[in-house]
Amino acid sequence: MELSGSEIIIQFLKDEGVKHLFGYPGGAVLHIYDALQKQDDVMHILVRHEQGATHAADGYARATGKPGVCLVTSGPGATNAVTGIATAYMDSIPLVVLTGQVPSHAIGSDAFQEVDAVGVTRPCVKHNFLVKDLNKLAETLKKAFYVATTGRPGPVVVDIPKDITAPHIKIPYVYPEKIEMRSYNPNFKGHPRQIKRALELLLGAKRPMIYSGGGIIMGEASEELRKFVRKLGYPITQTLMGLGAFPGTDPQFIGMLGMHGTYEANMAMHECDVLFCIGARFDDRITGVTSKFCPYAQIIHVDIDPASISKTINADVPIVGGARQVLTEMLKALDKTELKIDKSAIDAWWKRIAAWQSQDSFAYDKTSELIQPQAAVEELYRVTKGDAYITSDVGQHQMYAAQFYPFDKPRRWINSGGLGTMGFGLPAAMGVKLAFPDKDVACITGEGSIQMCIQELSTCLQYKTPVKIINLNNRYLGMVRQWQEFFYEKRYSHVYMDSLPDFVKLAEAYGHVGIQVDKPADLHDAMVEAFKLKDRTVFLDIITDQEANVYPMISAGKAHNEMDISPLQQLKQASLKAKGELV
Amino acid sequence: MRHIVSLLVENEAGALSRISGLFSARGYNIESLTVATTEDSTLSRMTIITTGSDRIIEQITKQLNKLVDVVKLQDMTEGNFIEREMMFVKVKADGESKRAEIHRLSDIFRARIIDVTDTTFCIELTGSGDKLDAYIKAMHENNIVEVVRSGSMGILRGEKALTL
Repeated sequence: MELSGSEIIIQFLKDEGVKHLFGYPGGAVLHIYDALQKQDDVMHILVRHEQGATHAADGYARATGKPGVCLVTSGPGATNAVTGIATAYMDSIPLVVLTGQVPSHAIGSDAFQEVDAVGVTRPCVKHNFLVKDLNKLAETLKKAFYVATTGRPGPVVVDIPKDITAPHIKIPYVYPEKIEMRSYNPNFKGHPRQIKRALELLLGAKRPMIYSGGGIIMGEASEELRKFVRKLGYPITQTLMGLGAFPGTDPQFIGMLGMHGTYEANMAMHECDVLFCIGARFDDRITGVTSKFCPYAQIIHVDIDPASISKTINADVPIVGGARQVLTEMLKALDKTELKIDKSAIDAWWKRIAAWQSQDSFAYDKTSELIQPQAAVEELYRVTKGDAYITSDVGQHQMYAAQFYPFDKPRRWINSGGLGTMGFGLPAAMGVKLAFPDKDVACITGEGSIQMCIQELSTCLQYKTPVKIINLNNRYLGMVRQWQEFFYEKRYSHVYMDSLPDFVKLAEAYGHVGIQVDKPADLHDAMVEAFKLKDRTVFLDIITDQEANVYPMISAGKAHNEMDISPLQQLKQASLKAKGELV
Repeated sequence: MRHIVSLLVENEAGALSRISGLFSARGYNIESLTVATTEDSTLSRMTIITTGSDRIIEQITKQLNKLVDVVKLQDMTEGNFIEREMMFVKVKADGESKRAEIHRLSDIFRARIIDVTDTTFCIELTGSGDKLDAYIKAMHENNIVEVVRSGSMGILRGEKALTL
């Protein structure tokens, strides 16, 4: 089969099983768009900004486990995509981004819409390529998908000069089924001796903790994790990125850990004697101050990326391997072992955890006349029966979503954890809805974040992706305001969102439905109404309490047992103390 | 501590900037970096001299290994190795006594004079970094016109080798 470069790209995407391509045309990719127009197998989604393309592809990838694919033009097309690429990089999301480039002969001449895309994206990609030879185009594309999806996944950029895609130059094309790269070997198998050591340590623990992260979801190891944790009967906490891998409603799950994790999860981290970390990377939002991190614990760390092990926290038992493979081995070893768990110690440990749990660290004011943001998320949980795909932006609303919407399945919770990219939620929701048109998809956002990629409302109409936007509108950049309240003596510097648009009218102007609620009593009906409108994108503008704060909180330089707790929890602590139930 | 890290990398455009970019992005030190192709034209051999605590060196080697262009890596400092650096020095050489003095000094250091004018010598010298430093010191600053150092290269002693 003789094909041009452009036709090779499209044919390759088909052969690779790509169904959706998020993109935006421009001069350098005109040939590719011409080839794209002549076929129906790969659906192209025309976003309104290249950042939207990368986030949509990212959301699609997180929800499906398949790589997200984007096509953007050279210069500003590529630079606009950078935020989305960096977002995917920080959260290890498989993305393949095809960027157009000026013709080969013009590279380096400061040509119109020329930017060194390979240079610009280098620090925030797993790898990138510049295609210099048409004969290597298919092979390079295969390498890009291979690198993006294997090992610790990540975004890969393929920069393609315009002359490579010229319609009149045709070469034979064969889909490269397999690719070998001598410099890239992503398969690590956990070392049997280390696995044995880890299991001995775990079974001998008196105060064990399991701490799992996004690696379980990326590594498709949720089933194995569930079996393993249930077999042991130990408490488990999960990172923001790991939520849903182990069911959020299971009693063994004691909540998210870290800066805004539950009181009980953080206290248990501090007090544990053996910590089993799998698929997480001891991020600074998890550890608090590292010098006081898990002071009594022997640490087992399982990660597919050797560089994640002992990077910030030293591992006593390092295991380099994929989460599923290591857990499978550990389950086998668990069946065979004659070692016994110290039942009475574990019972005592659960009692201590229960005492921490009884303080109800997420308690919020349920009598207020103002809508509490937590109540809005709880209502969303009820109305969607806890089974929706939830994307979020970044800030207070993101933390409320993580705290008050327990996820029982992996890939349901889609947010920018590592980079913390405002503007992620709406395009990501769009990507999820395209992948799962029959499922409920909601974007929990705030009036600050939503405006960073609001142009994608237009894309939602064009491609009929009826997502529900749950806008927790507190007229403040809430998380920044909270920090200014706590650490800058309430000097609210540039956090009041003055001159906000009328979101209802804005939604209507984009062809959608807008609903505003400002009373707690109206919340339920509005939410039900929004989800009843199956075929419409609904912008639910919820006017919330302006000064609600996210609790508990570990502030800078503090340890897990030094959380700032909510005023309500303080009252509860005092009453428990008075009753002699708190030591 | 000072470490000598040797790498085999794909001989491709961009490989060098990926590696140097990694050092600057993560705030690691580079004392020197040398690179050239090997007998296999698809591979380059690179020697990086870096300093840092054990934890940082561990991170450096792991992060380098993660780069797709890095085929193989070895921290030479973990075994027995030979380290050499090459230097060109252009010195002022006017007057008989000065020229004789430079000759004597160069003999002591086993340096070779590779270019001569009426007023200058160009000298070539190979050795450890310390030896090159000592030569420069002995030559006196005001005699030196120009110094060109290659940066260090390393190779393992014995039968062990860093090959594919």
